[in-house]
Amino acid sequence: MTPTPNGVGPHVNGFDEDDIDYSDIDAKYQVQYEEGLDNVVVVDGVPVIDKSKAEKLLARIAKEFGKKGSNVKADDMFIPWDEKTGKSKGYLFVDFKTADDAVYGIAALQEYQFDSKHRFYLNRFTDIERYASLDETYHEPEPEPYTTKEHLRAWLGDPQGRDQFVTYRGDDVEINWHGKPSQCEVAYSKTNWTDLYAQWSPLGTYLASLHRPGVRLWGGSSWSHQQRFAHPLVRLLDFSPNENYLATWSHDPIVVPEGAQQGPQFFSPEDEGNNIAVWDVKTGNLLRTFPSSYPEQDADAGGGAGKKPQMPWPALKWSADDKYVARVTVGQQISVYELPSMGLVDKKSIKVDGVVDFEWCPLGEKDRDEDAKAVAGKGKKPPRQNLLAFWMPEVANQPARVTVMEFPSRQIMRQKNLFNVTECKLYWQNQGDFLCVQVDRHTKTKKSIFCNLEIFRVREKDFPVEVVELKDTVVNFSWEPKGDRFALVSSNDPNLGSSGPGVTIKTDVSFYAHDRTKGNFRLLRTLPGRTSNTIRWSPKGRHVVLATVGSTSKSELEFWDMDFNNDDFGKGAAAKDEWGSGIQHLGTADHYAVTDADWDPSGRYIATSASAWRHTIENGYAIWDFKGTEQSKQILDRFKQFVWRPRPRTLLTKEQQRQIRKNLKEYSRQFEEEDAAEESNVSAELIAQRKRLVDEWNAWRIRCRDELPAAIKKKLGKAKKEEEEKEEIELWIDEVIEQIEEEVIE
Amino acid sequence: MRPILLQGHERSLTQIKFNAEGDLLFSSSKDSVINVWFSHNGERLGTYEGHNGAVWSIDVDTQSRFLVSGSADNTLRLWSVQSGKCLYTWEFTTAVKRVAFSEDDEQIVCVTEQRMGYQGAIRVFRINRDGDGTDQSEEPESFFNPIGSKAVVCAFAQTPNLIVTGHESGKIALFDAKTGEEVLNNERAHMDVVTDLQLSVDRSYFITSSKDKTARIHDTRTLMVIKTFSTETPLNSAAIAFLKPYVLLGGGQDAMSVTTTSLRQGKFETRFWHKIFEEEVGRVKGHFGPVNTAKPYGDLEIED
Repeated sequence: MTPTPNGVGPHVNGFDEDDIDYSDIDAKYQVQYEEGLDNVVVVDGVPVIDKSKAEKLLARIAKEFGKKGSNVKADDMFIPWDEKTGKSKGYLFVDFKTADDAVYGIAALQEYQFDSKHRFYLNRFTDIERYASLDETYHEPEPEPYTTKEHLRAWLGDPQGRDQFVTYRGDDVEINWHGKPSQCEVAYSKTNWTDLYAQWSPLGTYLASLHRPGVRLWGGSSWSHQQRFAHPLVRLLDFSPNENYLATWSHDPIVVPEGAQQGPQFFSPEDEGNNIAVWDVKTGNLLRTFPSSYPEQDADAGGGAGKKPQMPWPALKWSADDKYVARVTVGQQISVYELPSMGLVDKKSIKVDGVVDFEWCPLGEKDRDEDAKAVAGKGKKPPRQNLLAFWMPEVANQPARVTVMEFPSRQIMRQKNLFNVTECKLYWQNQGDFLCVQVDRHTKTKKSIFCNLEIFRVREKDFPVEVVELKDTVVNFSWEPKGDRFALVSSNDPNLGSSGPGVTIKTDVSFYAHDRTKGNFRLLRTLPGRTSNTIRWSPKGRHVVLATVGSTSKSELEFWDMDFNNDDFGKGAAAKDEWGSGIQHLGTADHYAVTDADWDPSGRYIATSASAWRHTIENGYAIWDFKGTEQSKQILDRFKQFVWRPRPRTLLTKEQQRQIRKNLKEYSRQFEEEDAAEESNVSAELIAQRKRLVDEWNAWRIRCRDELPAAIKKKLGKAKKEEEEKEEIELWIDEVIEQIEEEVIE
Repeated sequence: MRPILLQGHERSLTQIKFNAEGDLLFSSSKDSVINVWFSHNGERLGTYEGHNGAVWSIDVDTQSRFLVSGSADNTLRLWSVQSGKCLYTWEFTTAVKRVAFSEDDEQIVCVTEQRMGYQGAIRVFRINRDGDGTDQSEEPESFFNPIGSKAVVCAFAQTPNLIVTGHESGKIALFDAKTGEEVLNNERAHMDVVTDLQLSVDRSYFITSSKDKTARIHDTRTLMVIKTFSTETPLNSAAIAFLKPYVLLGGGQDAMSVTTTSLRQGKFETRFWHKIFEEEVGRVKGHFGPVNTAKPYGDLEIED
């Protein structure tokens, strides 16, 4: 015992420190030593040996551990012996310094091939104990209670056959029904439903909302939550054509923080640093992640280091049947991955030196029918393989080249060399019948740019290619859906490319059609001197809207019909008519400051909107019919987005559709009756409503008059009396100015 | 109906008023002059000169004898309508933003602005109608400072000594002229500054316009909103048509930002709305700047 400074011993005051019971404090502050078994590892698969060889074996095993970077000494190992035979039991214990070392050791030598006959299997000692004491009896798993889900396509069963659209304004997202004026109503609305924007899946089943933690999908008639994908700070998303998969992109690379949730639906440490993720929509599982690649020329052309390179989106392109997804590494290769395993097809990419861009061929209705037949086992011929079109620019002495390749056979179906190419754009017609390559070409001096259209007729043998030469620069190109016509906007305006505020570029709009008799494409008609820069074909074809979008001074919408002389909708242009005579201007309208225009899925209406994302002037939307008559117009502050809900493919067979078309007159009579009934109903309602308002107002006025202060009443009364006292006298004065009598002498 | 364009002011108009018979039109402007016009042909009858600052507000009595005006030169003036002479001048510490006669022409109410350390005030003066009108009392009959958001427009309500006011916050309120007490208010009448307030003929209801892009009709006794007219532009003025069931709304972008926007964006149109159905019935284009004030009489007329 140390002497106390003042020399007074503890015994002096009759108090013994040793007598104090510290056990409670001891218990509280006792350092909990590890059980000592976490760092013990059982190595199985060790050769059975005699005691004499033990030392040699241990030294060898220790060396093997050492090779893998795990520090183990021979002394740390213990071999249990079979007392009867005097031999080892074929396993040994290794005592690591810490539990962490043990984990590392297990990872390093798991399934290590010690020699030809022996392979190590390492387990933690504690695990063995746990597994040994497992309850071996089988318990029937509780079946999860079945919860009926809402029908995700319930909106298609609307008795009035209305379409839906979503609007995003301020913080509010609204789902609206659109039909006849009386049938328009809000189906659902929610504040702060999304943080960035709302997007429909391609068949309209889901509505995707973007949030800081990731993407959520909603659906069903009550708009319940369907699925979520945890991709923090997600900015862009892209569904596969059949809505089975989803690709998401975030500007910020994936980071997996400590203690993050784990599982098939979450990122794992391997995904760190990537930007693009591919998900399975039905299960919500993460399939694979990719780093995003920015094209090099964009970074150069961006001008100035401050400008961020634009993310080309979609970065991953889905094949039309959801079987493959591909991405391009600019200048090197196209990598095609198989879904849903996301493995590289045939374990190798398609190497194409200098490749810039590619597009999958879409599936036509015919292809889908054939696919369905093939699945049912009734198909006569094998369905068409996926087609992939890609192009590469001129490199050294090689000409630029457009290639159409079959996939997965990788057979090159057609190749075309091109010269003096600045850029190519690939446009597939939506049925996969034609591929148009818009080739921007420069003259030898590289001063001016003109344009060629190389049209591949993909359905014909050997893919014949036809060239349409144009003098001007093509600003916009668009195929008629389900048709063989296309429209293009061309311009020779010197201001093109240097668009500033107040500059409206003069354009020409031209229509071309496939001449079946000659088999080539011919100009139908050119509309000169326009300002239109956007072409919007109706999804059913035939009708087209030309819009001037994004201009501050012009905002014209032109409505055109391509088959005006043809009553029977859907039969295509009547060949015997004069070439190009069917084109008819239906109407012109104006939506000031329009930024977007989109047809509804039925092709009857087109919606134009002015989004607050672009400017803050007269934000809102308008809906027009195909003739250019305004159906409704809403001017709404902070209006951001208008999107029609897409519809899936029709379930009616060709025969049924033909029947409907045949009996259209009967149906239309029925609909017209309904319309008339409704119209009278609506006007009656309106009249009643007005009458009610007038009655209310008059009642209130009478009440007011009764309660008027006496002074004012008197005054008003006086004024009235004065008015009444005034007598109105009308005087008719007939003044004879001259009277001539003439005698007529016969 | 052909519009008559009255050109005689060098700066923008602030208020226009017809007299009771409707044959004379008075206009006040920021160029410190008040004009009077023949309403049937648009010929100028005369001017009332004397103010040294923008004239913010005018009102004329029912006999077309006296004209009262409030100006940015901190004065309230009483004029003889017939001779154009200034009969009396009251001086205050801040600008006079709004003036109005009472129903019986015996009283004037005025709102002075809150500025330079002075509180906004509402004053009521009794007018001595005997003699030539120059013998007026300097002291107001009553004087009070409304608490809270400052008052911008005011008028006499239907009961004597009750003043209805519109405020910067969008509030409208009823004040007792004698005690200065706030009798009733409707805090949420508008979401932004009340820009105009005009009463119906019998003063049982009134219309207010506001920068919140709406105009509303209120019951004078309860201050309840009866009708709402929603437009897409900030409104400067609203008026109730006489004999016809319409209201007129005028507005547009601020004059400050006019040069940066096109004519189309400014929305310098006068809109006609149906008073009872709350539906727009028509628009009159042709203004180059925001419509600052509107006043209909009999046949509808408007000004910018």
